[in-house]
Parts: sequence; C-alpha cells; structure tokens
Amino acid sequence: MGAEFVQFSLTPILIGMFAAMACALPGNFLILRRQALIGDAISHVVLPGIVVAFLITGTVTTWPMLLGAAGAALLAVVLIEAVRRLGRIEPGAAMGVVFTSLFAAGVLLLEQSDTSSVHLDVEHALMGNLEQLIWLRADGWGSLLDPEALAHLPPELPRMAVVAAIIGLLTLVFWRPLKLASFDEGFARALGLPVTLIGLGLVTAAAAAAVAAFDAVGSIIVIAMFICPPAAARLMTNRLGKQVAWSMLFACISAIAGYVLAGYGPLWIGAASSVSAAGMVAVVSGVILALACLFGPARSRVGVAAGG
Amino acid sequence: MSSFFSALLLQGGYNAALVAIGASLLGFAAGAGGSFLFLRKRALVSDAVAHATLPGVGLAFIVMVLLGGDGRSLPGLLAGSAISAWLGLLAVEWIVRRTRLSEDAAIGAILSVFFGLGVVLLTVIQSMSQGRQAGLESFLLGSTAGMLFQDAVLIAGGGAAVVALIWILRRPMTLVAFDPGFAAARGVDVRRVDLAMMGLVLAVTVIGLKLVGLILIVALLIIPPVTARFWSERAEAVVWSAGALGAVSGYVGAAVSASAPALPTGPIIVLISAALFVLSLLFAPARGVLASVLARRAFQARVHRRQGLLALSRSEPIHDPLTVKILRRENLMRADGVATAEGRAAGEKISRDERRWSIARKQHLDTALTGRYDGLTPIESVFTADEIAHFDAAMERNA
Repeated sequence: MGAEFVQFSLTPILIGMFAAMACALPGNFLILRRQALIGDAISHVVLPGIVVAFLITGTVTTWPMLLGAAGAALLAVVLIEAVRRLGRIEPGAAMGVVFTSLFAAGVLLLEQSDTSSVHLDVEHALMGNLEQLIWLRADGWGSLLDPEALAHLPPELPRMAVVAAIIGLLTLVFWRPLKLASFDEGFARALGLPVTLIGLGLVTAAAAAAVAAFDAVGSIIVIAMFICPPAAARLMTNRLGKQVAWSMLFACISAIAGYVLAGYGPLWIGAASSVSAAGMVAVVSGVILALACLFGPARSRVGVAAGG
Repeated sequence: MSSFFSALLLQGGYNAALVAIGASLLGFAAGAGGSFLFLRKRALVSDAVAHATLPGVGLAFIVMVLLGGDGRSLPGLLAGSAISAWLGLLAVEWIVRRTRLSEDAAIGAILSVFFGLGVVLLTVIQSMSQGRQAGLESFLLGSTAGMLFQDAVLIAGGGAAVVALIWILRRPMTLVAFDPGFAAARGVDVRRVDLAMMGLVLAVTVIGLKLVGLILIVALLIIPPVTARFWSERAEAVVWSAGALGAVSGYVGAAVSASAPALPTGPIIVLISAALFVLSLLFAPARGVLASVLARRAFQARVHRRQGLLALSRSEPIHDPLTVKILRRENLMRADGVATAEGRAAGEKISRDERRWSIARKQHLDTALTGRYDGLTPIESVFTADEIAHFDAAMERNA
C-alpha cells in the first residue's frame, strides 16, 4: 500500500465508490416501485445526448456533455410517459420502444459524425475510463495533505463526491415521503403527498446520478449499481433504513473489490494485463446478489419474519 | 436515390441482396417472436436475453482459440451466445421464483452482470496476442458489411425455423400470453410454454447478433409487436403483422444502408421500425392518437347538438359557441338564434323522446334496456314501435 497505490488506484477506487453509492441510493426506491429498469433506459439514452452535445459544441468538455446527457435522460422519461399514455401501452414495452430507438439514433449519429477520433466511442460509453482516472501528481499518502498535489486530482473525483453527497442529502430530507410513496402509493396520496412529483423527483435524481457517473465509469457500472446492491440489500432485511445501509455497503464492496480484482487479479494468476474494471465491478455486484439470493435472511416471498 | 431503389429491387449487387433478404427474414422472426413476450407483458425479458449473450461470445472465442481454431467461427460464437443467454434466462426465472425480487429487478440484475462479465472477457481477448480478435466488437452493434454467404444462409435458415416454430406453437402461446390461469386450467403446461417462448426469443437474438448487434436486437423484438398492437385486437393478427412490420423494417433498412455505405445497418433498421411505430401511434384507426381525438370530437359534437336542440325546443337562448356553430351548420338555427322549421321539428322530437325515456325508465325495470339511456341513444334503437306508442299513451294519461 505504498505510493504507487495512491497514484494509480486510490482515485479510481474512490470515484468508483462514489459513483456506485450515488446510483445505488435512488436504486433502492426504484426497486420498491418496480421501476428498476428506468436506470437501464436512462443509461442507454445518455449516448445520443452526449453525441448531440458534441455535435453542437464541437468539444468533449465536461459541462456540455453533462447537459446533453441530462437533457436526453429527461427527454427519454417524458417520451416513455407520453408513449405509455397516448398509446395505452404497458410501461415495460413503452420503455423498450423509447430507449432502443434513442440508442439507435445515438449510434447512427456517432457513426456519422466521426466522433471516434476524440475518444468518444461506444466502447468508452460502455466501459468508461475508470482505469485512466489516476492521480499522477501524488507521491504517497502524504499527498493527501499537499494542496499542490490535491489541485491535480482528477476532476471526476470531486464531481462524483458532490453528486453522491447531494443525492444522500436529498434522500435524508425527503426520507418519509419517499418511503411512504414507494411502499403504499394509495396511502401516500390519501395523506395528500404529491406522489407524482415525488416519482418525478426520484427519476430526476436517478438521471443525475447516471449522467454524472456515466462519464467517469461508463454505463455498465451505472446499470449494475442501480439494481444489484439494492436488490441484494432487499434480501437482507425488512426495514428500509437497514436496506439502504446494506446497499451502500454492497456498492462500496463492489467498487473496491471489482477494481482490485480487475487491476491486480490477472497479475495474481500470472496474466500480463488487467481486465475491464467496469465489467469487474458489475460482476462482483452480481456475485454479492447471488449470495444474497442463496443466503439472505429475508430472501423469500413467504414466511417473512415479523418485526425484523 | 437511384442506388436506393436498385437496392430495394435487389439489383444493388449480390451482397446487398443477401443482406436485404437476411434482414427481412430476421425482422419477420423477431417481430412475430417478440409479440408473445409483449402480449405476456414481458417485453423487457428480451433485453436481458440480448445482453446475456455477450459472455458466451467471449468465452466461445477464448475456448476456440485455446483449442487452436479460428476464434471468429460464427457457428461456434453463436452456440456460445445461445448457451450463456439460456443461462441468463434461467437465472432470471430462478430469481423471480425463489426470491421476493420482482421480475424487472431480476432482468436488470442479470443483464448488467452478464454484460459486465462479457466486457471483462472482451478485455481478456484484447490482451490475447493470437486469434485475430478484430471484429468481435461488432457483436455489440452488429455488422452486415462483412456478411458472407454462409452467414446469410445461417440467418435465413434460422429465421425460417423460428417462424415455423411460431406457427406450430401459436395456439398454446396465445392462450398463455392472454390468460395463464385459464391456460393452466385447460391443461396447458404454462411453464413449458413460457420456456418455449423464451427459447424462440433467444433463437432470434442469437441469429440477429451478426446483423444488428446485441443491443439493437432488443428493438426488433419490442417495437414491431407494439406497433402491430395498434392495428388489431386479435392476437394472431398482431403476431403476423408484427412479423410483416419487422420484415419491412429489415428490408428497407438494409436497402437504405446498402445505398449509403456510411449508414450502419443495425441502427437504420431500428429507426425505420421506430418511424413505423410513430406513424401507427398517431394514425392507426381505433387506437391511434388522431382517431381518438376525432372520436372525442364527434362525441362532443353529438352532445352539443342534442343540448342545443333541447334548448331550442324550450326557446332558451344558446350562448355556447360550439353549440351555436353546430346548429347553424346543420341549418337548425338561424343567425339571430331563432330555430328554423327543421330545428323546431328536431327539437320537438328530441324533447318528446326525452319524455318517453323518462316514462320508459319508470315503467321498465329491465336495466339492460333502460340502462342504455345516456342522453344520446335514440329511443327507437332500444324499444319497438309498440312499446313507444305505449309510452306515448302513458304520457297522454299523465297530462
């Protein structure tokens, strides 16, 4: 755990952790509301948003990308709702129609606009560039106290940390209405809570998390973290507070173990190069979910323990 | 443009014709096969299936290279993708059956984890020096330019086999899609029919990998059935018209991309099928947006006409602009708001019918008949002339 670790692994792991937690937090509520696949849909439509932003501004700087992605995510949510209502189509199919079409449009624009020369390609969109978010100026743990070195942190780290903190704060502030609206929408409505607004706010927070994480870590981690840690946590407990805590723990374990396994795992078994960190984080979260499915104390539908 | 039409008429060269035929067969199989999933309200299962093919592709490649073969042999890669997609499906089913997680959570978990594993394997392959891995990424987004004759035969044969299976299994699958409980009561093994449905979707996905890629095949499984649903209320019609819509999208898409090489085939096919969807959403008879707007306006006009005529018969002034417009257009009212002779007659008739209805609703306890009173249904269409005469007599007595 020396200087090299701080230089090459600390910042990607931290970014991965913040991204994982920012996605898993709204994921808890999406799963309860049976909207788990909203995360999947959002992360597919982020691609056309980013391409359009690039075509308009001609640069690959952060803010146009984020705005484009957020715009696309919002457009997708609106379109899904419009198709569902206007066509009287069940939500899953409406979602499928919208996100596959938008994704196809994104791929087409991408191929047409020759953006591949500026590190904007499908592979990058899928896998992100977690491995490249290294902290070159660091020369050991001491750099954490060195303002000169801290100024050269990868900008993704503070951005992801801020997004995770904001989503955490929002969850705390709106905890009670979120909980009520997710478990029993009818009751929440009867209490006079703005249920539709809460749902929209939740989806917006999810989109913000997806968009912020997408640039740094790619869509695989985003989709996996929306679903796997909260799903595993749901099998651990019957209480929402504990579920959220478990999901945060699982998200962190996935990010850390996934990155370490991807970076160092192949070296342990004698292979020469590392494998995709994003893919590995998703795989670890899947292993955690599989274990929860097999051994989680609240895994079964029937015979749910009282109290809990 | 002329190259587009020549491609459309299969004159754009051997390869273009090959791709067009392959794409339309695949589109047909995908549309028809996806219909059952859509009718069963499980459209997004195809998303999980498609993503779950990736680790199989990667593993098959690695195994074939380690065995000393060519890693890119298509049948080997397709076999690998089929196996891993099947495992993914079983995993979704296992999670839904054995835990309290809902189906969408299971789908999302499986698709992300399998896809992640596939990406890990792809990076392993990239680091392998042997085996000419280039082109493997095309499984993500599909590539038709490099389609060989044997690939086309594989796609055509597989597509035809899928369509034949759909034909054979259409009855039990329709039954299960609409009412699994009833199907079970009729002695249909719902679980096995479900698995057969999934198997068909899986076959389409695996066949379509080469053509449109694993992410966009989902679109071909979902969009044509949803589009077809606008045009029919009958399950079988939905299935076959979804197939036809898919075939048209595949065929036209292949022709467009053959005439403009810069346009990738997969996205074009998907966007054409999305365009057909939007057209149907707007213009389909009965279920389309335009049709429901027109139906709403026609209903509104009937209500206003009737209220206007009732007001005319009572000599009340009419202020509502829509009512005024309708009455004047039909020459039932003059510009100064006074009823014409026809308007008076129509108003008389309607107010008489209204009185007849009120008698009818007092006398008849048969709500199947009187329940049809909604202020718009003509009384003659519910009661016979004798009965109406009877009501008139009752009215005379009351008066």
